[in-house]
Amino acid sequence: MIRRALLKALAVPGYQVPFASREMPMPYGWGTGGVQVSAAVLTPDDRLKVIDQGADDTTNAVSIRKFFERTAQVETTERTADATVIQTRHRIPETELVDGQILVYQVPIPEPLRFLEPRETETRKMHELEEYGLMHVKLYEDIARHGTIATSYAYPVKVENRYVMDPSPIPKFDNPKMRMGAIQLFGAGREQRIYALPPWTDVVSLDFEDHPFDPSKADHPCALCGAEDSYLDEVIVDDAGGRMFVCSDTDFCRARRDAGHRGATGRPAAEGAA
Amino acid sequence: MKPLLSVRDVTKRYGARIGCADVSFDLYPGEVMGIVGESGSGKSTLLNCLAGHLAPDAGLVRFDTRDGGMRDTITMSEPERRMLARTDWAFVHQNARDGLRMSVSAGGNVGERLMAVGARNYGTIRASAEDWLGRVEIDTTRIDDRPSAFSGGMQQRLQIARNLVTAPRLVFMDEPTGGLDVSVQARLLDLLRGLVRDMGLSAIVVTHDLAVVRLLAHRLIVMKDGHAVEAGLTDQVLDDPQHAYTQLLVSSVLQV
Ligand SMILES: [Zn+2]
Repeated sequence: MIRRALLKALAVPGYQVPFASREMPMPYGWGTGGVQVSAAVLTPDDRLKVIDQGADDTTNAVSIRKFFERTAQVETTERTADATVIQTRHRIPETELVDGQILVYQVPIPEPLRFLEPRETETRKMHELEEYGLMHVKLYEDIARHGTIATSYAYPVKVENRYVMDPSPIPKFDNPKMRMGAIQLFGAGREQRIYALPPWTDVVSLDFEDHPFDPSKADHPCALCGAEDSYLDEVIVDDAGGRMFVCSDTDFCRARRDAGHRGATGRPAAEGAA
Repeated sequence: MKPLLSVRDVTKRYGARIGCADVSFDLYPGEVMGIVGESGSGKSTLLNCLAGHLAPDAGLVRFDTRDGGMRDTITMSEPERRMLARTDWAFVHQNARDGLRMSVSAGGNVGERLMAVGARNYGTIRASAEDWLGRVEIDTTRIDDRPSAFSGGMQQRLQIARNLVTAPRLVFMDEPTGGLDVSVQARLLDLLRGLVRDMGLSAIVVTHDLAVVRLLAHRLIVMKDGHAVEAGLTDQVLDDPQHAYTQLLVSSVLQV
């Protein structure tokens, strides 16, 4: 039944397909939508990677990975390039995803119009009739209040010039990556919605002519691996409030250090503090 | 001259009760039609049938569309009707809260219709919003304030700006001065009269207040129990009412 919803979602990119979300052995907010989608697409030959904000080693990522090791007997990996299915919360890996891979997003709120129009009957009608002026009202409000489009997560996109879609709370830095070779599947458990992007779907971030979309991120290199083109987390490193910026994608950062790259802290991979 | 809106035998029932019955009139470009009556007379039902909010049980409501000439708005598809509602039509609610987005700034409220029809330049949208705040006498420094911080009269003026920013060809107004203090009403009426004159607006104004139609409407229809009992030029009807009910209505109001 979820597979049928997935097929429909792939056939109509960006359209939210309702599905009957099942009881899951975990609370909502822990990725029940993503887990159900992963369970529907995993086969015994797959290798699964699970990340939470880019990291493979958070409690949430580890427990979902263990869950599938036990229930689906699939192999797991932390290496992006080796994975066939990647379940993610709030990030797209830095390593380019390719044909043959599937990226599964955990989605808290699938409806991008919810912010200004709480009535579900009305938002459905707006999607049906392509009445998307309201999305720009949201961006207008941003500029009026902050002088610039301050939305930096869950930045709305238009898919194949048709449906406006919430990309889940990934940083806007990741938006340009959504045009990719892999299949992207989005599961919202509590809200019971699935949507999808087939490979190389056209995904455009909404903006104004005089305030164009800007996917920039913190202007620092990674303190561990020196990467200047990756999305960074700011971490506190000591009791004195010392901070540093490190890659949010832990696999990407480790692979770079394994290859000999060093950031300002100069430490090799084995001692990486983040 | 060709009418902008042509209404024929519009009837709406609620079960056995009549909302409005067999109402017909033509509205010409640049004309303001007043529809007056007491509460329960069917004037609001009629307005909602004309504006596409209610589906009448019988009758024709034909509008002179930009592309397709006279079209029956009752039988046209919902997407077409909604398109009209955000381009060529405007609707001013009695309660400004029903016509505004209370969580969005004044500028965003005014700009919404522009963005809905494809405006994508922030500077241009903001300039239009400022211009319209000025036209409805709201200090442009309030552009980033939410309407919840505005007085009732300001909210109503903001609702009018939000509706008129795309220069609609037909404006529906439901008791536009209702619920406001008398002094605030007078100022709003003055403003509306100026806009109607300067923009050459075509409008249908529903009200129980004869002072409103006397100031705004070229012609009026008097409704009672769902029926149009008298119609004509505003001054003629108010100064020389023919129907017994209109005579009662005029005398009772003018004595106040
Ligand atoms: Zn790094």
